[in-house]
Amino acid sequence: MSRATRRDVLLATGVVTGALVVPVAMGNGRSRAATTPSLAANAWLAVDAAGQVTLALPKTEMGQGILTTITMIAAEELAVKPEAIKVTLPDGDAARFAPIDQGTGGSTSVREVWQPLREAGAKARAALVNAAARQWGVAAGECDAQNGAVVHKPSGKVLPYAALVAAAAAAPLPTEAPVRPATAYRVIGKSQRRLDGDAKARGTAEYGIDVVLPGMRYAAIAVSPVFGGKLAGVDEAAARAVPGVSGVIRGADVVYIVADNTWSARQGMTAAKPQWTADAALNGTQTAAIVGAVAAALDKPGVVAATSGDLDAARKGAAHRFVATYTQPFLAHATMEPANCVAHVHDGQCEIWTGTQVPSDARKAAAARLGLTLDKVTVHNRLMGGGFGRRLETDMIERCIDLARQVPFPVKLIWSREEDTAHDWYRPAYADRIDIALGADGKIAAWEHKIAGSSIYARLMGAAFKGVDDDAVEGAITPIYPATARKVTFQQQESMVPTSWWRGVGPLRSAFVMESAIDELAHQVGQDPIAFRLAHIEDPRARHVLEIAHALSGWDDKPAPGIGRGVAVIHLWETYMAAVAEVTVDKDNQIVVKKVTVAVDCGQVINHSGVAAQIDSGVIFGTSAALYGEVTIANGRVEQSNFHDYRVLRMNEAPKIETSIVENHEKPGGMGEPPNAVIFPALANAVFAATGKRVRSLPLQKALHTA
Amino acid sequence: MAVTLTINGKRRDFDASPEMPLLWLLRDIAHLPGTKFGCAAGLCGACSVLVDGVRVFGCQTPAGDAVGKTITTIEGLTEQPLGKALVAAWNEGDVVQCGYCQPGQIVAAASLLRDNPRPDDAAIDAGMSGNICRCGTYPRIRSAIKRAAEIHAGDKA
Repeated sequence: MSRATRRDVLLATGVVTGALVVPVAMGNGRSRAATTPSLAANAWLAVDAAGQVTLALPKTEMGQGILTTITMIAAEELAVKPEAIKVTLPDGDAARFAPIDQGTGGSTSVREVWQPLREAGAKARAALVNAAARQWGVAAGECDAQNGAVVHKPSGKVLPYAALVAAAAAAPLPTEAPVRPATAYRVIGKSQRRLDGDAKARGTAEYGIDVVLPGMRYAAIAVSPVFGGKLAGVDEAAARAVPGVSGVIRGADVVYIVADNTWSARQGMTAAKPQWTADAALNGTQTAAIVGAVAAALDKPGVVAATSGDLDAARKGAAHRFVATYTQPFLAHATMEPANCVAHVHDGQCEIWTGTQVPSDARKAAAARLGLTLDKVTVHNRLMGGGFGRRLETDMIERCIDLARQVPFPVKLIWSREEDTAHDWYRPAYADRIDIALGADGKIAAWEHKIAGSSIYARLMGAAFKGVDDDAVEGAITPIYPATARKVTFQQQESMVPTSWWRGVGPLRSAFVMESAIDELAHQVGQDPIAFRLAHIEDPRARHVLEIAHALSGWDDKPAPGIGRGVAVIHLWETYMAAVAEVTVDKDNQIVVKKVTVAVDCGQVINHSGVAAQIDSGVIFGTSAALYGEVTIANGRVEQSNFHDYRVLRMNEAPKIETSIVENHEKPGGMGEPPNAVIFPALANAVFAATGKRVRSLPLQKALHTA
Repeated sequence: MAVTLTINGKRRDFDASPEMPLLWLLRDIAHLPGTKFGCAAGLCGACSVLVDGVRVFGCQTPAGDAVGKTITTIEGLTEQPLGKALVAAWNEGDVVQCGYCQPGQIVAAASLLRDNPRPDDAAIDAGMSGNICRCGTYPRIRSAIKRAAEIHAGDKA
């Protein structure tokens, strides 16, 4: 498939997905831009000859709504409705989007795209306005863009973009043009319904798992349940006896069953009864040994991530000293759409159809796997049925390529839920020790925070890693609580369990520890948890969200009997957020989360409905993990397998969520991660308020049941 | 082996074992991908379809069990008044996020509204707790079901 004819367009917004396929108009001479003049705002935003605005999305859509959010920003600058823009998903063309990385995670999308996209859109708008002004012989300042056209305000004359693109494209793009001022926003800051919502509700939106190609076959995968184990044997005859099964393909630690359909492949895998071997050390590994080693790593000095002032001096004469150790478990992502990939390796090329958070890394990984140059690998990126960091890894793509290179047809590889759960890349298990000294004046004199656990960056950086994992210490090195002296250290401690990014990432861990510790400290010195925080926090935006949550949650009203309220506040990903959780704990120690109040200042809101949706999302995703989330290892293998033993919140358990969004025009902050980070400590603090039991080891429900 | 099924009003013959769960027959053989694979264990509801108007888990229902019955998938449901009301309410409430579970949620909601045209929160919780959403759209689903009930009642009035 050539680039010019590829059918990568998933979403022609405003029409049913897939019904309208638009060649991407680009400013670099490819596609139809080569023959038809098109006004390129940059390499990924253009207005074509027909006046159609096309946006090659520089970030991936996994449910967080970035497709809609980024389209809104483009719509604002180009003065069109978001629904009128045709949007494509990124395909791993790193040069096209540089310096923006298509990798989507860490609440970075809006923060990276906001300024360059507005600037590019403003220049294209200015080019269209200038073209109209030239044609009319009027001053450009008398003209403005509105609804896909340029208007001469004094006369009311109107020229649609279609009539202006050729002239606008013929002139050099203005080197500078003012972005729309916030006072003139028509789109930004409003509530925009998701552009992909209708197709998703109807079941017509295409995810990676839905891809069907001519001649494609289906495959199931089983990987050694013991990490590091090897394939010892397969009953190939039994597998092949299953109708529809056409292939049994072995790898060192894996077996694939290829068939005419997924059911046959799954049946074939059951019949194949794969056998595995692993050495005694691997087979004998248990959770307790792994998390024990992580906790023990806290006794090592660690590598200094941040230090200021003299801790020992600051501790002298302390009026109160608080030391506590907190532990957090391995977590699985459990995306609704299990891991999957379609690949076709043929004629020295590789084509991949999948939903990935890292289209560029996926291309590189595929090329490296096959010994191909990058230009021989095509990624057809698709919508994702959840990401949460799971699809920042490319292991599923590499596994699929390992299979696809051995068969002459395109193959769709789908993980069972059980394989997906047992072969995730898990949020690291962590241990933190925090040591806070209050001075005689009640201020924080000394703050020492030690962090131990697996380092994701160490794996990714190799020799460049110098001992401090910048993700793990994020948040911990910039607390909202001033201290006279501070020291934060990181100690890497690896195990057999593969680890990676998980929604909330390192700062989530930091937030749970710091906001639990501050809460404990408040109770120990007999102060109200919100009043205590306000006595220490200086940042006015952090204070503001805390004050809003205070008022909105009815914090000062005595809660109903049995209800405990807990608070937490964070400043992470350039967003300020405070949450108050209300829980009940019954006589069987069953926690029920009744209500969560969230106040957020994420700077300039792009999509009001999207921000509120991310709050619902993070609160519920985070509550699932805070209450129940834990991946455990027994005899070298993950014990959890499906939603019955990796429990997540259901409708009947979802709390009422009340949200207050601060309206301002500060730089936009991230929204994908923060609600998930703030809810963990808010819940732990609420459980303490309800029960008097302080949980320092997540998950909360297990801690109460074993207390 | 062959199995004859009536899906979304059309009688079709499929070259498939009657033991094949509806989920896989619908997705891989009938090419109706709106029915989603989530767990294959009846735990998540992503594969929900209506059989004679009642929600079943496609992953737990052998195709043979649906012979002679009326199968409605998300693709067929959204052509019917109740399905249209549900999609309208879902859009109005800006419900979806990743969207992967939403066809199953809408099918489950259709089954609920057929039994109980005006469900309260408790009825919605009971009717919808077989469906998992990892993005946390539950609050908006709850509102959208109530709104769909209004829209559908208005359509019938």
